[in-house]
Amino acid sequence: MLIYTLKRVLLALLVALTVSILTFGLLHLSSDPAVALAGEDATEEDIQLVRVQYGFDKPLPVQYMTWLTNALQGDLGTSYYFGIPVSTLLAQRLPVTLTLGSCALIYAILFAVPLGVLAAMRPNTWLDRFCLSLAVSAQAMPSFWFGLMLIVVFCLWFPLLPVSGSDTWKHFIMPTIVLGTNAMPAIMRLTRTGMMDVLATDYIRTARAKGLRPNTVLLKHALRNAVIPVIAVIGIQAGYMMGGTVIIETIFALNGMGLLAYESIMYFDLACMEAVVLLLCLVFITTTFVADILNAWLDPRIRIR
Amino acid sequence: MTVLLEVENLTVDIPLAAGDLHAVRGVDFTIKKGETLGIVGESGCGKSITSFAIMGLLPQSAIRKAQRLAFSGQELADLTQEQLSDIRGNKMSMIFQEPMTSLNPSYTIGEQLIETLLRHRKVNRKKAVERAVFLLEKVGITAASSRLKQYPHQLSGGLRQRVMIAMGLMCGPDLIIADEPTTALDVTIQAQILSLLAEIQNEFQMGQILITHDLGVIASVAHRVAVMYAGQFVEIGSVTEIFEAPMHPYTQGLLACIPIPGKTKRGSFLGSIPGKVPTLIGDQTGCSFANRCTYAKEACLLKDVDMVSLGPGHSYRCVLSSEICHQNAREAACT
Ligand SMILES: Nc1ncnc2c1ncn2[C@@H]1O[C@H](COP(=O)(O)OP(=O)(O)OP(=O)(O)O)[C@@H](O)[C@H]1O
Ligand code: SF4
Ligand SMILES: [Mg+2]
Repeated sequence: MLIYTLKRVLLALLVALTVSILTFGLLHLSSDPAVALAGEDATEEDIQLVRVQYGFDKPLPVQYMTWLTNALQGDLGTSYYFGIPVSTLLAQRLPVTLTLGSCALIYAILFAVPLGVLAAMRPNTWLDRFCLSLAVSAQAMPSFWFGLMLIVVFCLWFPLLPVSGSDTWKHFIMPTIVLGTNAMPAIMRLTRTGMMDVLATDYIRTARAKGLRPNTVLLKHALRNAVIPVIAVIGIQAGYMMGGTVIIETIFALNGMGLLAYESIMYFDLACMEAVVLLLCLVFITTTFVADILNAWLDPRIRIR
Repeated sequence: MTVLLEVENLTVDIPLAAGDLHAVRGVDFTIKKGETLGIVGESGCGKSITSFAIMGLLPQSAIRKAQRLAFSGQELADLTQEQLSDIRGNKMSMIFQEPMTSLNPSYTIGEQLIETLLRHRKVNRKKAVERAVFLLEKVGITAASSRLKQYPHQLSGGLRQRVMIAMGLMCGPDLIIADEPTTALDVTIQAQILSLLAEIQNEFQMGQILITHDLGVIASVAHRVAVMYAGQFVEIGSVTEIFEAPMHPYTQGLLACIPIPGKTKRGSFLGSIPGKVPTLIGDQTGCSFANRCTYAKEACLLKDVDMVSLGPGHSYRCVLSSEICHQNAREAACT
């Protein structure tokens, strides 16, 4: 298990490094940051001045190394638009997004897994079809539309929830529902197929042959094996959610990373963009890493060779 | 001897898109305490489905019917799921055909062994572990206590089947059903596992259903033999009766060279009979062996053939008279 974990950590670090190089390279190559920075009526000299001042004239690898060494020391540069250090900005915004992400994930799992299990236990009954139609509608609904509908219902018709902001827990309810609902169908369908596959296995027959009670068979013997593939997908869904936050935080004006990503792109805030993209990637890498470790812990065939 | 299991006119139908599959079509037998019934028959004739029907482990869609299906005098169809599960793994247990996949990959051998005992007996974990170690040693597994901490994928097929046997014995059942316990294993291990089962059955005086293709094993281990064909028993009798005086043409074909109890070596398999097994889907009248039988005549297809009793315990399902059957047997036997 220790060796397995170490291998995974190493892999995650490698991926993170690659991602950081790609982000940095792509953003710097996509347009000339000095032009954007210097402003609209800047002369050629102004631009050149900016270029030298910010070190954009140096070769890209050198710029990257400087950026990386600084970043590793916690210095991600200063935001051109907000005028404060990017690290301070992230420290304000990241907790909001992490809260939103984890709430949405928990909400999605809490609904999707039990529904998937129920559907698997009664395949092709009305219950199964009901779950399937839920999944299809959830999948078909664009988040921005769903978000707006929720606002119409819970803010205009029945003014129960605040429309926008991130001050109280109430502000998180609608964004959580929208973000989580998006992740539900994949988790639910995978739980269903996983569970159906497992329920048809020989070892479930053995468990029943031993006289174990239906609940023991289901929860101890079946579910544990059925969730192994689901966990990997949850890890990936958690990553997708990070991307989803861009839309959702914009709709609900939640002051998180997603909104920051939107703002920094709008104002071509290079240092900020780099940091946001990198951080979102890091979150993605972390969730898949956690999923890997959880899987190994659940499945001895991965853990013990 | 007390009767352990009574099966009367057991049928199992599996509804399929193409029609109902009659997997078991009227099976009768009884098993007494300490008695081993061997069941032989070609692949797909319904041996496993018969065992599942007794254990209550049929696929959800399957429909089981029986005039009587009683364990220790208790009609199984009258029991609730809860009462049935109280018996399963406790009073009657089953060893499956697929040792590689019959253990849960996520739990240790130890956990899977002791949970059976903890379910059915009021014992603490320590006692349960002791019992598990005792039985693992009994089934010939060395270093038993360290094996308890291993996972199924760390064990070979032979070891896994030994674990399955030990698991079936955890509660000291009255009846054990061994469904081709060795088909998935190496030839060298097959004999070991089978003699182990026979030894244990004898020691604990359990009733046993032993399903196997190995006629030699049947000859040396079983007390009674049932020959199954296309969902029916076509002949049932004591080992001596079946091996020395097989009546049904199918039995005679299987025993093309008749083995003698005690003398026939293990590993002598069923003789092969030309032709194919009829489909079990849909309704057919007449003898289901007719398309492969050398003695088939018109009368065989007119109506379903009933079991003919030759005395206590020996009966066969054929329109031919016992004299003719005897004569056929003599002619078929090789000398
Ligand atoms: N779950 C199922 N669904 C549909 N048909 C099935 C199912 N299980 C078994 N059958 C059919 O029922 C019949 C009897 O099968 P069974 O498994 O009892 O055969 P068997 O005698 O045990 O054969 P083998 O020696 O290969 O184990 C076969 O024709 C098989 O195709
Ligand atoms: S009933 Fe007819 S076809 Fe069937 S086994 Fe007897 S002789 Fe053969
Ligand atoms: Mg079988």
